[in-house]
Amino acid sequence: MALLEVKNLKKYFPVKKGVFSRGVGFVRAVDGVSFTLQRGETLGLVGESGCGKTTVGRAILRLIEPSSGQLTFNGQDLLALDREKLRQARAALQIIFQDPFSSLNPRMNVGEIIAEPIRNHLKISRTEIGRRVAYLMERVGLHPEHKRRYPHEFSGGQRQRIGIARALALNPSVIICDEPVSALDVSIQAQVINLLAQLQEELNLSYLFIAHDLSVVEHISDRVAVMYLGRIVELASDQALYQNPRHPYSQALLSAVPVPDPEIRRRQVLLEGDVPSPLKPPAGCSFHTRCPVQNEICSREAPALRDIGDGHWVACHR
Amino acid sequence: MTALSILQLLRCPPAEIQGRILFGGQNLLDLDREGIRRIRGRSISMIFQEPMTSLNPMLTIGEQIREAVRAHTGVARGESWRRAVEMLRRVQIPGPDSRARQYPHKFSGGMRQRAMIAMALCGDPQLILADEPTTALDVTIQAQIMNLMRRLKEEFQTAMVLITHDLGVIAEMASRVVVMYAGQVVEEAPVQELFKDSRHPYTQGLLGSIPVIGRKARTGRRLQEIPGMVPSPLAMPSGCRFHPRCPKVGGRCDQQAPPMIHLGEHRRVSCWRETQNTAGKASGLEKERS
Repeated sequence: MALLEVKNLKKYFPVKKGVFSRGVGFVRAVDGVSFTLQRGETLGLVGESGCGKTTVGRAILRLIEPSSGQLTFNGQDLLALDREKLRQARAALQIIFQDPFSSLNPRMNVGEIIAEPIRNHLKISRTEIGRRVAYLMERVGLHPEHKRRYPHEFSGGQRQRIGIARALALNPSVIICDEPVSALDVSIQAQVINLLAQLQEELNLSYLFIAHDLSVVEHISDRVAVMYLGRIVELASDQALYQNPRHPYSQALLSAVPVPDPEIRRRQVLLEGDVPSPLKPPAGCSFHTRCPVQNEICSREAPALRDIGDGHWVACHR
Repeated sequence: MTALSILQLLRCPPAEIQGRILFGGQNLLDLDREGIRRIRGRSISMIFQEPMTSLNPMLTIGEQIREAVRAHTGVARGESWRRAVEMLRRVQIPGPDSRARQYPHKFSGGMRQRAMIAMALCGDPQLILADEPTTALDVTIQAQIMNLMRRLKEEFQTAMVLITHDLGVIAEMASRVVVMYAGQVVEEAPVQELFKDSRHPYTQGLLGSIPVIGRKARTGRRLQEIPGMVPSPLAMPSGCRFHPRCPKVGGRCDQQAPPMIHLGEHRRVSCWRETQNTAGKASGLEKERS
């Protein structure tokens, strides 16, 4: 059984206008997303700005209340939980944010930041908490003697380590990593990626790894889902997706990644134009307006995400 | 910072620019305000990372480009508008006539960057300084802009200094690469040599620390790390600025800054290890730093 199952998840944000806040439509940020996450697995979620990947992550934790869909975690229906039950479930379901500058309270020292979830969830003594904080700091490569320092005294990479320590505080089984390395310098990125990989091995964690950097996602993921305008267009093992992408959007996206090797001349599938507004997504397949191989059915009918073998899912009429 | 110094876009004081900036044989630092103003945009122009903060939200795109056209060429108003629209067409903005009448907020990130490029090109510059021109863009839009820049570079016969942290972008765009660390040049090489045979431990560390698609199968999940962090400009390490993070740090690295060693045309490196490798050819040694 999957540890986490997301079924037909939708999040529509109402758009209001004028003095009377008349609803003029919905932004379909997430429009029917389904996937599973196994124990110990990393599922990468990639896509360009505005494709809804961050909303998916937040909706799973109900930091943003989903419009509809099903979320099953450990056999438990997350959407049916009341406040208290949800609070308990969130102990096992954690998140790391992109920007370690704005996700840490500047008025708390690092010890307090990491201790906060422990204090909120577990009834243990102060010495016990202190010991746990020291252990966590060591675990993520911070010096426990720095626990009285404040976030601004740390560098970007170290702040991300603080965020990771806080996420680990309650022994979670799933961590949603929302662009955890995009704000970091190249030389620091590798440190944090290695730390995440190492923690996963040691603690058997599952990651939903949300990022726009396709090379980073490939490196860390076992399976990868590609999103476009609120929907998953392709989902496959990292190898299958990167070696043999089947959806025209995945093909274009992957061919656009600059290769750090001047001797490789890649064949590019250049997309025309920009991503359409999620306020008015095109009818039928939402990619058909930019698709190099579209035909007339594409503008009428939205293709379903179907298995073409070996757990390789594609949403395309071809 | 280097690029901003070239065009003297830094307020002095507090900034202090020393050395020489030779452009076509002329030292730009000798020019007065009026002189440098004539260089900016006309001979050397710049493209910035954040097109939204570099465009004026109160003026239409067309007016802003026209302003640049008039500043550089002094043509009449009607003619400058015609040229502004023409520039938008050349950077492949669809429907340039109507687009020119729109304000920047109507433009997507990729289109704003195209408009910035149009503005940078309208003085027909000999040199473009492009500071992280595609960093804020999505990868498919980045590919469009890189293609456009490559094409226009040919068309307009301009030289380009491309400033970026993205080694993939470098591999695709550059013919020569200068690697900087903590305010100093540590290595320079033609692009293929840099990726095949980098000499400075910092360059080597950078190349090993980026995830490359398809490499995981061979090298495993562990990326090569550069330990520690970039030093604060207020507390630069003694000797070689990279030595506290260098895996190959040796005897004098922490005391004396290494000299710049010239290994060939467009090939230089600043590392004490190279002085040992090239001890026989002392003629190649050139003291650039005191």
